[in-house]
Amino acid sequence: MATRAFVTDNPAPVETLSFRPKSSGVIPRGLTFLAVLLILLILAIIMGSIVWGGAGVVSWDFLSSPPEDGMEAGGVFPAIFGTVALVLLMVIAVVPIGVLTAIFMQEYTTPDSRFTRLIRVAINNLAGVPSIVFGLFGMGFFIAFVGGGLDTLFFSNSDGPVWGQPAIIWAALTLALLTLPVVIVSTEEALKTIPRELKEASYALGGTRLQTIWRVIVPQAMPGIFTGAILAISRGAGEVAPIMFTGAAYYLPYLPTKLNDQFMELGYHIYVMATQSPDIEKTKPILFGTVLVLLLLTFALNSVAVVIRSRMRKSRADAS
Amino acid sequence: MRELKFKPKSKLREFLGEKFIAVNAMVALIAILLIFVFIFKEALPVFTDPEVQEEASVGKMLFKQEYYEGRDPKFSWQPNSEVPKFSLYPLFLGTIKAALIAMLVAIPLGVGSAIYSSEFAGRRTREIIKPAIEMLAAIPSVVLGFFALMILATFLQDTFGLLFRLNAINAGIALGLAVVPIIFTVAEDAMTSVPRELRDAAIALGANPWQVSITMVLPAAMPGIAAGIVLGFGRAVGETMIVLMASGNAAIVSGSFVESIRTFSATIAAELAEVVFGDTHYTVLFFIGSLLFIFTFIINLAGDMILDRLKHRLQGKTR
Amino acid sequence: MHRDMSVKEAERKIAEKSMNIQPRVKVSATNLNFFYGKLQALHDVSLDMEENRVTALIGPSGCGKSTFLRTLNRMNETIPGTRLEGTVTLDGRNIYREFDEPSQIRTRVGMVFQKSNPFPKSIYENVAYGLRVNGIKEKHLIDQVVEESLKRAALWEEVKDKLDHSAFMLSGGQQQRLCIARALAVRPEVILMDEPASALDPISTSRIEDLIAELKNSFTIVIVTHNMQQAARVSDYTAFFFEGQLIEAGETQQMFTRPGIKKTEDYITGRFG
Ligand SMILES: Nc1ncnc2c1ncn2[C@@H]1O[C@H](COP(=O)(O)OP(=O)(O)OP(=O)(O)O)[C@@H](O)[C@H]1O
Ligand SMILES: [Mg+2]
Repeated sequence: MATRAFVTDNPAPVETLSFRPKSSGVIPRGLTFLAVLLILLILAIIMGSIVWGGAGVVSWDFLSSPPEDGMEAGGVFPAIFGTVALVLLMVIAVVPIGVLTAIFMQEYTTPDSRFTRLIRVAINNLAGVPSIVFGLFGMGFFIAFVGGGLDTLFFSNSDGPVWGQPAIIWAALTLALLTLPVVIVSTEEALKTIPRELKEASYALGGTRLQTIWRVIVPQAMPGIFTGAILAISRGAGEVAPIMFTGAAYYLPYLPTKLNDQFMELGYHIYVMATQSPDIEKTKPILFGTVLVLLLLTFALNSVAVVIRSRMRKSRADAS
Repeated sequence: MRELKFKPKSKLREFLGEKFIAVNAMVALIAILLIFVFIFKEALPVFTDPEVQEEASVGKMLFKQEYYEGRDPKFSWQPNSEVPKFSLYPLFLGTIKAALIAMLVAIPLGVGSAIYSSEFAGRRTREIIKPAIEMLAAIPSVVLGFFALMILATFLQDTFGLLFRLNAINAGIALGLAVVPIIFTVAEDAMTSVPRELRDAAIALGANPWQVSITMVLPAAMPGIAAGIVLGFGRAVGETMIVLMASGNAAIVSGSFVESIRTFSATIAAELAEVVFGDTHYTVLFFIGSLLFIFTFIINLAGDMILDRLKHRLQGKTR
Repeated sequence: MHRDMSVKEAERKIAEKSMNIQPRVKVSATNLNFFYGKLQALHDVSLDMEENRVTALIGPSGCGKSTFLRTLNRMNETIPGTRLEGTVTLDGRNIYREFDEPSQIRTRVGMVFQKSNPFPKSIYENVAYGLRVNGIKEKHLIDQVVEESLKRAALWEEVKDKLDHSAFMLSGGQQQRLCIARALAVRPEVILMDEPASALDPISTSRIEDLIAELKNSFTIVIVTHNMQQAARVSDYTAFFFEGQLIEAGETQQMFTRPGIKKTEDYITGRFG
């Protein structure tokens, strides 16, 4: 405890300040640490229970064979196939658009221009639109408007709808919009870290803006683009609400081969088995196995993204 | 020496390339506009079509209705009954209940762990916390829903002797787990962006490290934490699969948190597949979608605005 | 105004001499070596700083002035991976050994930074902060000290009607005086200032200089500055640092007129740095 007085000619009356010894701060430390512990615990319980329930089920056979007996036996191959096909289509759509948007935002405009701000607001809001609203939109826009439009224009004499029905392409495009912000943000992050000197060197050599972007900026940003694509896949592979009405099917005896085929998907498969199974006890092992497969898939993708990203940050940090 | 001949640069290519990039950049903007237009277009008959309004005018959706002669007026969501009932109130109640529980779970966990990670954790610990949060964020919501449905619900029912296995608390807890990463990320970001100079100033005044964190950094980052909570709330209201699987989906008007609930988002997911294209039920589901869209849009704008102002504030600019 | 000051100053010195008051060494650094990881930023620096005097630290950028200053209130300890050798004493007590907590030193040795850094709080709360974190809870006491500190920092008249306004409403010069008031509120005995006026316009700078002249009646002041005129104007003693070493220290008058070492002269006359 320190006691001290002013020696002063200041008019203000002087009192002695006696500082009190400080508490050690165990309470804020302890409470916040408790939050961390709880999160880790919950995570462990979720992972543990799913691995516990699913590990015995997942085998090569499980991964490579179709469901049988109303999903009470067999595997999940069509759902895996559908999921992979879905996210591949999605990535093909979302990556070029996302990357070009990021390039536009970082290289072509000043962050304060009104247009840029508008686009920024749009990107942020797109990221916040509930996924079920994307589902509604996919149904109203892609299936009814685009697909229906195609049908009236080109297939007016066919029996049923050709494009104006749930299909893997519509589901993939819906997901592409949903994951667009992921790709944009990740690419932008990469673009921001490219040293200005590199671009200036290219300009100084007489490169045009387009050449500079194509030859210097995009190659440099490749890890960021890759990360964005993987994060988008991981996100897309787990979303169910947007594809429920735009293309996913309960059960299909065949694999999707055309863009306007329906498809089975892991997340949707889980939802259907968990909520509509006539005998949940019989479905349970397969259900846990499917969840484990989906979880492993998303985690594997995420880990790859995290590793690339941290490598990228590190190499940048070393370089500067 | 021979002269080097440089090819003249194609002005046209440069121009077209630039325009192509700009067009792509507008996709996000166009998408938002299209979502707006197409969701609202399908919901519009609520305001314009007398046939739809017969069963589901705005008034009918908002206020108590006397569905059967002589019975008490009430709120009811029964779109497939003989007398279709489209009161949104039970769904609103369910949505709020689930979101409330979710926030009760997510705020302490998210803010607490963000404070610990930003202020108290050593580098090692932080390298555990952050990937753990990323892992939580990466869990697909259908998996969280599955977990709540198969494991959490049983645990809660057995532990507390609940009558209904699937209820607001069960769904809310799982929903909270989906919200934790949002709050954590935004809050932690706000706290770590409090400038070094401010921390130095506080330390130089004799504050202990924990005092710096709690009495200076935390208040300074408060707008960011608030933004995280706001954005998290938006997610809690919009999230679908978790509530669809874990809430029991009964549109009950009650104040109880241990009864089943039905939320806006789950209603769309559960019923859209069975509606007839363009009928009243279909229109009302799109109307609900419009409400969700508007709500999350406002939430996101607000969150962004708060974060923007925080950035300025921490840089020491006026307001 | 400056003339006024120097007259006062001269009177004070005469008075002190006639009363036979010997300036007392308040802070003393002995054989300081300081390391940022492997980089040695201070080499065997020894310097005494006297009570009621202003000691100016000058030298080219990167010579270790800020580093030295931060060893005097243990702020250096907030940077991980650093190491200090040697001793620093306050009133003869080793600040690294004889105090339980660094915060006890920092309330006695206050600091004002180069960039004004008010907290994103109200003017009042900025000044009250140091009191609150040191366990002062009595409202009337805090009110009193806030007012007194703002008065001493020559800011009271400008802000007394808007104490609850955000500190960011103030101009740069006012913000810096607020930071000085904030430092004064915990009633330190020593005030360290790291280029307190380098980001300010000439008028604000001169107000800060006047303030320093005023404050030295009650405090020991150590100030880092890049501005030679400023050093000459405000300080009683000057210490010249170069590449982590203390090259020369002495009375400001003498340092600026008859420096003992060629390098000091070169620096002061602007031949390098
Ligand atoms: N946090 C730090 N980590 C590593 N090295 C540092 C750190 N701070 C300062 N240094 C190094 O220590 C040396 C002395 O720095 P210091 O800041 O004390 O110089 P200075 O005299 O105050 O310079 P200036 O006039 O530019 O403020 C420099 O070489 C600097 O690069
Ligand atoms: Mg310095």
